[in-house]
Amino acid sequence: MLVDSYRFLPRSFRPLYEGRGAFPGEESPVWAPFENRLADSRIALLTSAGIYMKASQSTFDLDREQANPEWGDSTWRSIPATAGSDDIAVAHLHINDEDVLADPEIALPMRGLAELAEQGIVGGAVANHVAVMGYQDRGLEEWRRKTAPEIVEHLREQGAGGLILAPA
Amino acid sequence: MPVLARWIEAAGIPTVVVTMMPAVAEERRAPRIVGVEFPFGHAFGVPNDKAMQRRVLELALRVLAGASSSGARVDFDQEWPVPLREAYKAWQPKEPSPIVRKLLESRAQGRT
Repeated sequence: MLVDSYRFLPRSFRPLYEGRGAFPGEESPVWAPFENRLADSRIALLTSAGIYMKASQSTFDLDREQANPEWGDSTWRSIPATAGSDDIAVAHLHINDEDVLADPEIALPMRGLAELAEQGIVGGAVANHVAVMGYQDRGLEEWRRKTAPEIVEHLREQGAGGLILAPA
Repeated sequence: MPVLARWIEAAGIPTVVVTMMPAVAEERRAPRIVGVEFPFGHAFGVPNDKAMQRRVLELALRVLAGASSSGARVDFDQEWPVPLREAYKAWQPKEPSPIVRKLLESRAQGRT
């Protein structure tokens, strides 16, 4: 089936997304070939559901977003692959977080990926996956200048051969 | 998210975006795309439905490793099992997000 990209989006928001084209300067194709077999590759996950480690990390800055709706927190969190649903919290003002808290796998399938690694379908999973807070088409310069390079460096340190990104 | 994927891809790490809005990811030139017709916040499927989540993850891996050129898109072939009206309501935050609140306020002002 062909997915209807606007099925769950309020109708009045559709023009904010549809037909806007590429971001300025981001029109040309980019491509990094996947050269190894999956079974020899270590895979990383990235979610934009605003997940963070309850005990050891600070939340994303929702107060500032409340005060300034045009702003979004562009920091990122490293999420240990061993973290369970009891270890994480969710900071996100754009979705109902009940389902993610009940089963974080719907946003960050770390257990599912670990199973595929155990079965030899992928070579492995990184020790630390990545979480950001989404719904930020504004303030992209900070993401380009700081967040993206930091995440790239993290992924290299983790030995990631490929990344699955999932927006919330 | 598609633009973040582009920057990571440009740094040499292959990426795939699993998204509810694959048409937007195409417009934004994400290198590899898996479309899912799921409510926001549920990229990998229904909570606690391990089999469904695994099928989405496997499709993402297949597209990540097997797509042959930039802009490749494959959609997940399963509909959301909850009736639309119910699912549409369920994914949304209890309070409108700040940017939505602002939009609604400015629209209301435009009408007065």
